Amino acid sequence: MSDYKRIAKDGLWDNNIVFVQALALCPLLAVTGTASNGLGMGLASTVVFVLSGISISMLRNIITPQVRIPIFVLIIALLVTLVDMSMNAWMHDLHKVLGLFIPLIVTNCAILGRAEAFASRNAIFPSLLDGVMMGLGFTLALVILGASREIVGSGTLFANAGLLLGNWAQFLELQLIPDYKGFLLIILPPGGFIVLSFLLAGKRAMERSRNNREKSADIILTAEPGNAG
Amino acid sequence: MSESSHPWKEYVSTQAILLGVFSLVATALLVMGNLATRDAIAERLREDLRASLSQVIPDSAHDNDLLAHALAFKDDNSAQLMVYRGTRDGKLTALAWEITGKGYAGNIRLVLGVDTNGKILGVRVLQHAETPGLGDNIEASRSDWILGFNGLSLGNPPAEKWKVRKDGGQFDSFSGATITPRGVVTAIRQGLEFFRSHKTTLTQPVEITSPEKIS
Repeated sequence: MSDYKRIAKDGLWDNNIVFVQALALCPLLAVTGTASNGLGMGLASTVVFVLSGISISMLRNIITPQVRIPIFVLIIALLVTLVDMSMNAWMHDLHKVLGLFIPLIVTNCAILGRAEAFASRNAIFPSLLDGVMMGLGFTLALVILGASREIVGSGTLFANAGLLLGNWAQFLELQLIPDYKGFLLIILPPGGFIVLSFLLAGKRAMERSRNNREKSADIILTAEPGNAG
Repeated sequence: MSESSHPWKEYVSTQAILLGVFSLVATALLVMGNLATRDAIAERLREDLRASLSQVIPDSAHDNDLLAHALAFKDDNSAQLMVYRGTRDGKLTALAWEITGKGYAGNIRLVLGVDTNGKILGVRVLQHAETPGLGDNIEASRSDWILGFNGLSLGNPPAEKWKVRKDGGQFDSFSGATITPRGVVTAIRQGLEFFRSHKTTLTQPVEITSPEKIS
C-alpha cells in the first residue's frame, strides 16, 4: 500500500513533472494563458499518460530493449491521434479551444519519460496509477501557472471555463479586478517563463525553509540528552 | 521489458519484425479511429461553418440551408473558393465567402457576407494569431470595430478611402496596432472587388447549379 502512496506523492509533488523534473515545458508554456486552458490541456494529457502507461506496461514483455524507443513513440503518437480525433468528434467545443494544443501532447517528453522510467518496468496497475498521478501533477502545475498568469495578465480567473466544462462551470468564471487594463507581457509566451521561474523559486524556498525547520528540530532533539546530562 | 533470456530476442530480424508489427497494428487502429469519427467530425465542421456563415448572413435574409447552394469557384490565384449563397423564396439574396488578410502574425481568416448588390451584410474574424489585447480587437466579441463595415460597399466609401486612417483612408485603427486593421480592411476591399469582377457568375440563378454537398 505504501508503494502506491509513494507513487501518488511522487506524481503530485515530490517528482512533479514540471516543478521537479522540469519536463513538458513546451505544452506548458503554450497553453497557460488562462487557468481553463491549462486545466483542459492537463486533463487531455492525463488521459494520454494513463493510456500510454497501461498499454506500454501491458506490452513490456514483448518489446525488446533495442527498439523500445521507436515503439514507445509510435504508441504515444497513436494514442494522441486517437484522443485528438475523438475529441474533435464528440467534444467539439473543447476541441475548438484546445485543438491546436492536442497534437502538442506528442511533444510532451514527460509521457515518453514515464513510459521509459516507469511503465516499461512495472505491472499494469502501478503504471495506471503512475499515469493518473503524473497527469494530475502536470494538471496541477498547468492550472497554477495558468491561474497566476491569468490573474496578473488579464485580471480574471477561469475565463471560458463554461466553454471547457459545460455551462455549469460558469460560476467559476471570475472577474477579479474590474476595469483591469491587462498586463500583456504575462499573457505572451515570455510571461510563461517569467511566472514559471517565480513558481519554481517559490517551491524551492518553501522546501528549504521546511528542511531548515526539520534540521533545527533534529538538533534540539539530539541536544536534549546532553542538556539533561 | 524482461531481461533478454531468450536468444531470439537479440536477433536483428526480431527487432525488424517487432517494429513492423507494431506499425501495422497502429495503422489499423488509426484507420478504425478515422472511420469511427469521420462522419461526426464532418458534421461538426458543417455546424461550425453554418454558425460562422449565419453571423454574416442574417437569418431574415435567407430561408435555405446556406450550405446547399454553394458554388465552387476558382479565384484569381486559382485556389478553390467556396461561395455560399442564401436565397429567400428561391431568389438569391446574399453571398458569403472566406477572405484572408495579412496580419501582424500570419494570416487573418475572415468570412465576408454581401447582398446581391455588393453591399456588406457582415464581416467576422474566423481565425487569427494577432497580439492579444492589441490586434484582437478585430474580434466582434472584443470590440464593435468590425461591425463598422456593415452596409458599406465599394462605392461607399470611394475606393481611395478604403484604407485605414493612417494611410489616408476612413477606417480607424487601434492604438498600438496598425498592421492588423490594415490587413483586415485590405482583405475586405479585395473581397468586394472579387465580387464586382465575378458578379455575373456569382449571382447566377440558384436553379442552374445543382446543390453541392460540402464536406
